[in-house]
Amino acid sequence: MTVVDERPAAEVGAPRKRKEDARLITGRTMWTDNLTLPGMLHLAILRSPMAHARITRIDTAPALAAPGVVAAFSGRDVAETQGSLPCAWVVTDDMVHPDHPPLAVDEVRHVGEPVAVVVARDAASAVDALGAIDVEYEPLPVVLEMDEALGEGAALVHSDKGTNKSYTWIYDSAEAGHGQAYDAATAEAEVVLRKRYVQQRLIPAFMEPRSVVVDPTADQVTIWSSTQIPHVLRVLIALVTGLPEHKIRVIAPDVGGGFGGKLQMTAEELITMMAARRVGKPAKYTETRSESLLAAHHGRDMYQDVELAARRDGTLLGLRVRLTANMGAYLALLTPSVPLLGRYMYNGIYKLPAYRFECTGVFTNTTPTDAYRGAGRPEATYAIERAMDDLAAELGMDPIELRRRNWIGHGEFPFHTVAGLTYDSGDYEAATDKAMSLFGYDELRREQAARRESRDPVQLGIGVSTYTEMCGLAPSRWLGSLGYAAGGWESASVRMLPTGKVEVLTGTSPHGQGHETAWSQIAADQLGVAFEDVEVLHGDTRTAHKGLDTYGSRSLAVGGFALVNACQKVVDKAKPIAAHLLECDVADVEFSAGRFRVRGAPADAEGKTMADCALAVFAAHDMPGGAEPTLDAEAVYDPTDFSFPHGTHLCATEVDTETGRVTVRSYVAVDDVGKVVNPLIVEGQVHGGVAQGIAQALFEEAVYDADGNLLTGTFVDYTPPSSADLPDIVSDRTETPAPDHPLGIKGVGEAGTIASTPAVVNAIVDALRPYGVDDIRMPCTPERVWRAVQGGDRS
Amino acid sequence: MTRISITVDGVRYDDDVQPRTLLVHHLRERLGKVGTVVGCDTSNCGSCTVLMGGESVKSCTVLAVQADGLEITTVEGLAGSDGELHPVQQAFHDRHALQCGFCTPGMIMSAVDLLAENPDPTDAEIREGLEGNLCRCTGYQNIVRAVRDAAATMRAGASEPAPAAPEEAPAPAPAPVEVGS
Ligand code: FES
Ligand code: FES
Repeated sequence: MTVVDERPAAEVGAPRKRKEDARLITGRTMWTDNLTLPGMLHLAILRSPMAHARITRIDTAPALAAPGVVAAFSGRDVAETQGSLPCAWVVTDDMVHPDHPPLAVDEVRHVGEPVAVVVARDAASAVDALGAIDVEYEPLPVVLEMDEALGEGAALVHSDKGTNKSYTWIYDSAEAGHGQAYDAATAEAEVVLRKRYVQQRLIPAFMEPRSVVVDPTADQVTIWSSTQIPHVLRVLIALVTGLPEHKIRVIAPDVGGGFGGKLQMTAEELITMMAARRVGKPAKYTETRSESLLAAHHGRDMYQDVELAARRDGTLLGLRVRLTANMGAYLALLTPSVPLLGRYMYNGIYKLPAYRFECTGVFTNTTPTDAYRGAGRPEATYAIERAMDDLAAELGMDPIELRRRNWIGHGEFPFHTVAGLTYDSGDYEAATDKAMSLFGYDELRREQAARRESRDPVQLGIGVSTYTEMCGLAPSRWLGSLGYAAGGWESASVRMLPTGKVEVLTGTSPHGQGHETAWSQIAADQLGVAFEDVEVLHGDTRTAHKGLDTYGSRSLAVGGFALVNACQKVVDKAKPIAAHLLECDVADVEFSAGRFRVRGAPADAEGKTMADCALAVFAAHDMPGGAEPTLDAEAVYDPTDFSFPHGTHLCATEVDTETGRVTVRSYVAVDDVGKVVNPLIVEGQVHGGVAQGIAQALFEEAVYDADGNLLTGTFVDYTPPSSADLPDIVSDRTETPAPDHPLGIKGVGEAGTIASTPAVVNAIVDALRPYGVDDIRMPCTPERVWRAVQGGDRS
Repeated sequence: MTRISITVDGVRYDDDVQPRTLLVHHLRERLGKVGTVVGCDTSNCGSCTVLMGGESVKSCTVLAVQADGLEITTVEGLAGSDGELHPVQQAFHDRHALQCGFCTPGMIMSAVDLLAENPDPTDAEIREGLEGNLCRCTGYQNIVRAVRDAAATMRAGASEPAPAAPEEAPAPAPAPVEVGS
């Protein structure tokens, strides 16, 4: 067989246009809600209108009389069998961990909590019949604010627990042996910055509402869900429902965004399972946007009390963080751990002698919080990067100069941090220098000085954010030591088809990240096949049976590693076959640029391709030395450590002191995410990430009224930014390869979100420092900015 | 029930519908045109945008009965009968203007309408013009680039008829609704 090697020199690094686009731009996408099965029924869920109440009476019988209704039931009807929604991360031995029934039984604890369900022949009939369900609530006292919830005599979210505190978790660098004690290290401090930064509550607001279809009639009960975690979900369903794991199949078809918001086992999934199994027919539930904003988990919502001690020359001496984190009414899958993921990052990119971190998780009568893009790390980065700008202002120092005096130098890696992590690599100098020159930093500072001088009513502000993050969740041993129930490995399999085409199976589960494209690029390079000849399969526990899915910027960092290993195994298996075909010794075969050749053969020698080997193995007529007739291989990779992307983001804002209006004038993002597989995709991740971070800074907040009603329950009120609200940004990169990864990659999914929020808020505060302003609560709406200008003491 | 007759992506459909049925639900649930999606219940997201009588509408704000007698173009009917992508579709692909792709059908249809009204928009006009379509993934920057590119392509090919209305196109294959992976 003659195969012309038309493969480009290297796929990895090329800006390949995405394979998945073909279906997405033509409307051939397979969203869960598109699915219709024979005889399928539809669910509607009745949700609590009360933030805290006892259910004194509930009767679903009247709904049964409504047209088209097949079944209706409440939490009481399934109280004994429905189980409890799991929290997989027990962060302390004494963590208060209340039951979390999918359907409330006797008490509701937040608005939007499911209380009953109607199953009908069509969705409209199910919704119509909800009104017929008879429920009486006896209101109970509501507690919404965290300091109040922790106070003496506060109303209790879970009265049987006797407290609203879920846990307190403490890290002390001296006790852990990673640094000094805070008090001792800061005894000589000349400046101590003490600030409370507030992380408002956010809503992930993925564009595809959550949807689930359950077919209980299949031999394997089959669950289609718009989830980030089909594999994790399968295990959880087995554990919660008692259904044997081998009798469960979970499929995540095309999924329309997640951002952590679909990193969950939801009440709706379990309710749909219960309904489908009760009636013995396939059933579908698709939430409305209003339900989604109300009931899908929220994110952030923390108070960050920060103390940063330094000498007058800017040398940092110690950092103390007291974090108060809103859990909401229950602990969802990862709720208690989200603020703790941040604890590794409050020290940022800086050399600190001492660090103490205390976090208290608090219950309130609100929707549970959980992962939202960055999960703990954007919060930590916000606090330290705000604090660095505030400290620089206090010291009368340029904020970049203050950072330079304290950051880990390029020559100091690997660096063991005061938080107990080892940063693998980085070049903060290079990223910052590049960002400053793209931004025109010095020029903008001069313009700022002139406009301050002239008392321009529109002030220019410059915000700095030099961040790092931990990617590639996570070494299993590390997760285990912190009380997480599962591991952090990832799997990949390669199937060589007889005609030389390739199927790649990944245990990651994309929902917009372009895995089909990036994994094809990697496999093409590793196996010497064409990009077009690779099909990437994912998101179905029947085909890609093993995996831990997609979150925490882990897919490429961990799953990409597994893929390289799997491809390597295929090459190793193909070598003896190629040697046999080439009639030479295995030791004399070399594989490069897609060809097996005899060592020393001229570079243009034809040799044998992977396709030749695949065909030989398929026929299996003449296997060398009894070799197994397959080239297929699987690899599971457990990371040895995290990777640490970093970067410098600079933001310039125009702040109108008379109207409070903020305009982002320019934004430069220089990110170092290690080697890049596909620059097009990486740039897209940065754009989207920065947009979400800007949205936190300027636009978004989940707001409750005094009774616990969500006031931002529609897109009109929650105001995610539109195209008219966001600026163009300049995105560039520096490249410090990850030393421990075969492709040198680090991860990029969350970087933009982590970096951008403090850059924007720092820029606004910087503009207004002459007006005595040193903080503005997010989102920095015109009203808040205007009030800050009015209330500041102008110097 | 009211009898309506609408032409969707070149195919005529006669159906009895409830007066309260929204066009988007009729398209998705009755006609199987699931390429058009629903992202909200307050007419804010634009995911459901289609062309009705040549103008873009949010199909969640239109009753199916209001579409009676009209021509509807969805994202499924935008490509040529030979599968050749519409310049806006092509530009979205070339410029990486989509990630999860959920907003994409509506975004593309709005962009088609925008360019029909303004063949040479500035970036600011594109941003204003697409204000009614939310995207959570891309930050919009690549969408703006894509629309700018598509505008240039369409202006260059302006001597040909605008490819947005496939009246005479043969019926495209219905969107596959797969059971399984
Ligand atoms: S679904 Fe029509 S605007 Fe959101
Ligand atoms: S591409 Fe995901 S919402 Fe736009």
